[in-house]
Amino acid sequence: MGTKRQFRIWRGDETGGDLQDYMVEVNEGEVVLDVIHRLQATDAPDLACRWNCKAGKCGSCSMEINGKPKLGCMTRMSTFAEDETITVTPLRTFPVIRDLVTDVSFNYEKARETPAFAPPPGVAPGDYRMQQIDVERSQEFRKCIECFLCQTVCHVIRDHEENKAAFAGPRYFIRAAELDMHPLDARTDRKEYAQAEQGLGYCNITKCCTEVCPEHIKITDNGIIPMKERVVDRRYDPLVWLGSKIFRRGQVPQTIVTGEHSPGAVGAHAAGPAGVHSHAGGSHDARAETQAQQGVNWHREVPKPTAPAVDASGRMPLTELTFDRAAAPSPFGDDVTFPLPPEHLNFAHPEQDKH
Amino acid sequence: MQPAIIAAILLFFIVYSTIRIFMAKWYYVEDFHYLTPLYSPCVSNECVPGAAHFGTPFGDFPFFIPLGIIAFPIVAGFRVTCYYYRKAGYRSLWASPPACAVTEPHKKYTGETRLPLFVMNWHRYFFYFAALILLVNIYDAILAFRGPDGGFGIGLGTLIILVNVVALAGYTLSCHACRHVMGGRLKHFSKNPLRYRFWTFVSKLNVRHGTFAMVSLFTVIFTDLYIMAVSAGWFDDLRFIN
Repeated sequence: MGTKRQFRIWRGDETGGDLQDYMVEVNEGEVVLDVIHRLQATDAPDLACRWNCKAGKCGSCSMEINGKPKLGCMTRMSTFAEDETITVTPLRTFPVIRDLVTDVSFNYEKARETPAFAPPPGVAPGDYRMQQIDVERSQEFRKCIECFLCQTVCHVIRDHEENKAAFAGPRYFIRAAELDMHPLDARTDRKEYAQAEQGLGYCNITKCCTEVCPEHIKITDNGIIPMKERVVDRRYDPLVWLGSKIFRRGQVPQTIVTGEHSPGAVGAHAAGPAGVHSHAGGSHDARAETQAQQGVNWHREVPKPTAPAVDASGRMPLTELTFDRAAAPSPFGDDVTFPLPPEHLNFAHPEQDKH
Repeated sequence: MQPAIIAAILLFFIVYSTIRIFMAKWYYVEDFHYLTPLYSPCVSNECVPGAAHFGTPFGDFPFFIPLGIIAFPIVAGFRVTCYYYRKAGYRSLWASPPACAVTEPHKKYTGETRLPLFVMNWHRYFFYFAALILLVNIYDAILAFRGPDGGFGIGLGTLIILVNVVALAGYTLSCHACRHVMGGRLKHFSKNPLRYRFWTFVSKLNVRHGTFAMVSLFTVIFTDLYIMAVSAGWFDDLRFIN
């Protein structure tokens, strides 16, 4: 039999809300998420909370427990004193949808803006070969579960909403570092991109992202600082800087990010017509976009998923007991089978013209 | 550690070292060849005889230029722009942020994107010069293994200087810029096995960079204090050999 513990949980939506007190039973071995589930089953059936795996691997149940960004499923109740009031609030950096659920789409926008892996020229898919010591630095960053605790704890956007446009956050700095350290990635402008577009310079190395990471990724030491040092290679060499001031060399807009310029070419030829740049993200290179579109009709009619048939009451005419399978029906419609035939896919391999 | 303690340590070091470098005395023990790291290399004509290990190419200094003018800006710059001290300083002295998930008091924040703070990105270049200063410190430590008669000798001061040099070497070599230069900037470790080994070694030290930073801060202060005390005659150096 457990004990009764005092909880204060933020309840409300985008229009406002407040902390509400609850007394909940807590049993040995439980975590905060278990207690929230018990609350949903007892006092607060309408309490909204995002969760999924309960094992610290999906990154859904990020919340702020006693002011510290943590995963609800990885925060043991035994870490609190018996008489301690436990305050649970939603992630502060992102807009609240309801109760503990926030709208984290900021992160997905920044993810879309980060250029994807660029396949090496002349190597066909399937022929990629890498040595373990070359990829192991990147592999550390692949442990990321995208719980966005590092994003919510980072004071650059946590305390300064206005920086959100210019700053991508620690999660995307390690993404940039992962790809820049990737032995087969063909892009050479990731350093310039990190500095000019992701706002790497906003980071002041206070290491809170590393402190909160539930996967114990050394975000600052292995990701952000090496990335800053790589930018220093290109941008902050004082001699180069002084030279460019004195001799007026390299006077190009510094935000230019192109798809294909060679190392160290933040100079005159980088300002060519290929240097089209958009702040909205996605591919920043008009030529690459045209190439990618060759052979692909992006406006092709995609078959709409068909909704399942419903009865007069608007429900599916079946129950869990009478349904013919254990899982939910396919959101793509029962008539769609996977894998889809390749000719129906909107995908063009960037190297497809060469093969 | 608490931000207030870190802030107190950093402020104490700033005040102490500022007072000491303008003191212009009690920095060299002639009998035992102890030179404090704050005055090394001493390159002015005013340096006491024996303290100028590298000669006096710059002649006389005006009174407002401290004798340690070569090392001090480099070492200070190296520490100010150090990735560990940036964390410590921004948190404790500038409250940006005071602690993780604690609201910072500043209305605007631009980080290290513009002057003066983008100068923090010059850490690499301070590192190159600091590595040279480290060599000078090692040379000073070797000279400290001499007795009053010019032969071999060891005293307590020698050991203190040696510990200080080890701490400084640990701090300099574990630096993030050093890690980058040694191999972190490579894309293919497999093509540079030797640099990969250097990088692996520096990476192991790098984990303790913060510890080295704080320990070396204290060893520098302590070494300087000891040499000041022996030089001023407050107490005698404890000699083990010669």
